[in-house]
Amino acid sequence: MRNCLAIFYREVRSYFNSPVAYAILTGFLLIAGYFFYAIISSFLNYTLTASIEAQYYQMAPPIINVNMMALRPFFLNLTVVMIFAVPLITMRLYAEEKKSGTIELLLTSPIRSAETMFGKYLAALVLYITLLASTSIYHIILFIYGNPELGQILTSYLGLIFMGGSFIAVGIFISSLTENQMVAGFVTIIILLLFWIIGWVATFAGPFFGSLLEYISLLNHFDEFGMGVIDIKHIIFYISFISFFLFLTLMFIESAKWRTR
Amino acid sequence: MISVDHLTKYYGAKPAIQDVSFNVKKGEILGFLGPNAAGKTTTMRILTCYMPATEGTATVGGFDVFKDSLEVRKRIGYLPENPPLYTDMTAKGFLEFVAQIKGIERREIKNRLSEVMEKAAITEVANRLIKHLSKGYKQRVGIAQALIHNPEILILDEPTVGLDPKQIIEVREMIKNLGGEHTIILSTHILPEVSMTCERVIIINEGKIVASDTPDNLTKRLKGSESLFVEVEGPRKEIEAKIKSMKGITRVTFQRKTNQNVVGFRVETELHTDLRKELATLVVQQGWGLMELRPMGMSLEEIFLHLTTKEEEVSGA
Ligand SMILES: Nc1ncnc2c1ncn2[C@@H]1O[C@H](COP(=O)(O)OP(=O)(O)OP(=O)(O)O)[C@@H](O)[C@H]1O
Ligand SMILES: [Mg+2]
Repeated sequence: MRNCLAIFYREVRSYFNSPVAYAILTGFLLIAGYFFYAIISSFLNYTLTASIEAQYYQMAPPIINVNMMALRPFFLNLTVVMIFAVPLITMRLYAEEKKSGTIELLLTSPIRSAETMFGKYLAALVLYITLLASTSIYHIILFIYGNPELGQILTSYLGLIFMGGSFIAVGIFISSLTENQMVAGFVTIIILLLFWIIGWVATFAGPFFGSLLEYISLLNHFDEFGMGVIDIKHIIFYISFISFFLFLTLMFIESAKWRTR
Repeated sequence: MISVDHLTKYYGAKPAIQDVSFNVKKGEILGFLGPNAAGKTTTMRILTCYMPATEGTATVGGFDVFKDSLEVRKRIGYLPENPPLYTDMTAKGFLEFVAQIKGIERREIKNRLSEVMEKAAITEVANRLIKHLSKGYKQRVGIAQALIHNPEILILDEPTVGLDPKQIIEVREMIKNLGGEHTIILSTHILPEVSMTCERVIIINEGKIVASDTPDNLTKRLKGSESLFVEVEGPRKEIEAKIKSMKGITRVTFQRKTNQNVVGFRVETELHTDLRKELATLVVQQGWGLMELRPMGMSLEEIFLHLTTKEEEVSGA
């Protein structure tokens, strides 16, 4: 546990002592901000036309739900942005240590591979949650000018944490396979994109494969979180997904200590 | 303290070390000497549990490097060939991190830090970022890192690489002082380094141990033929001819002329014969002046070349 924390602190410090975290944060805020602006303005446009139409036909203005019409698309967009942001966070985790040789220090110190891995995983998760937290300013604006539903916002964030946690698990695994950060980042993006589009492919696949693909689509499991519902089966899915990739990572690192040739 | 038994390591189909066996006693300083690609780093990586051997076993402090890896790692301080440094940390911050993962008690960390920084002479750069340090200082931080948990065993892969001559002397001095308390294996391809610091030398070439002895014994054992240096006052040609005609002399080579009349020769004799007395008598009988007469040893440098080139001849045949 102590070892795990030592690794964790070192990783977090290394993120925030270098421009990496700030570059990712800035890029992310710009893109997320743009989506927020685009979605809100089209939403406002829509409400405006709707109320003008209502006046014209002398009807009561329609009830327009900001949660469904603006927040939900915003969060869906965030998941896509994260497909590109998370690999930037995870690509260095092992690749950098392999390149610089510091992995030799870790592997010859009295510390378990699992402790190293969890320390790294948690550090990446902290940076990821920092990214998410930075978007909360947008919601403050919504609360000032409208009445969005807090519950739905919170479940969406919970869903995003689970989804990001899964992305990070994929990223840390890919990073453990290579000493080239660029390759690690690129391959992670490709794999995350695959997990993302798998949901569409499912609609064209046969009934059996269709439901299988639908099940492993990371996005499908986010849907209900985005609608304000917490369902344990989705949480179980994400946790199994994360455990699976962390297990693969551990196996790969340990295998280096067993391979005798 | 360390016992290595028939270690073999293959990278793919290519052997890096073959059938390597040796022992190191507690407190001993062992030098691992060999040319590039001899297998020094490979052997050290197996001993430090970085990777397993293909065949054979090794125990460190009584623990098997493969089965009790965690126990072994607790007892070893390791300086890899490229010092493993997080360059975005300060020297002190880095050492603090290493102290934590080596399992040092929290309240002892501070003491250990200042002790080790003093030993490695890096106190004045403690708060600088490692990436801004010179190569020599980086190497010292690497050495400090290996010492931080006061390990029983130190494994140092080319510890003096990248240091300036003054620092090299300091580091060798430091290693010498660490012996006795710590058991040390160090690798190098610099010969004077082993004769200066080590009590025992293992010469390794192409993955195989070709010699193992004290630096002195090695020098004695490997003379091949014994040679003497003799300096005589007298006519050069005549002296050379007379010495050559003596019984038991294999070769006479002219070495130097110090004075008008004073010439020096290297005289090689058959193994295990000491012809100093006979040589002296001859010179005196001829009425020449005997200025100097002493046995010539081979330097480790020569032995090293001798052994390793011989090995090549064998594999080439
Ligand atoms: N990771 C690796 N993969 C494949 N071959 C390797 C690997 N590491 C070392 N080798 C090979 O094993 C042999 C021994 O290498 P090693 O690094 O142990 O030599 P060394 O004695 O430390 O040499 P140097 O003095 O250059 O450091 C070399 O032929 C090298 O090419
Ligand atoms: Mg080497």
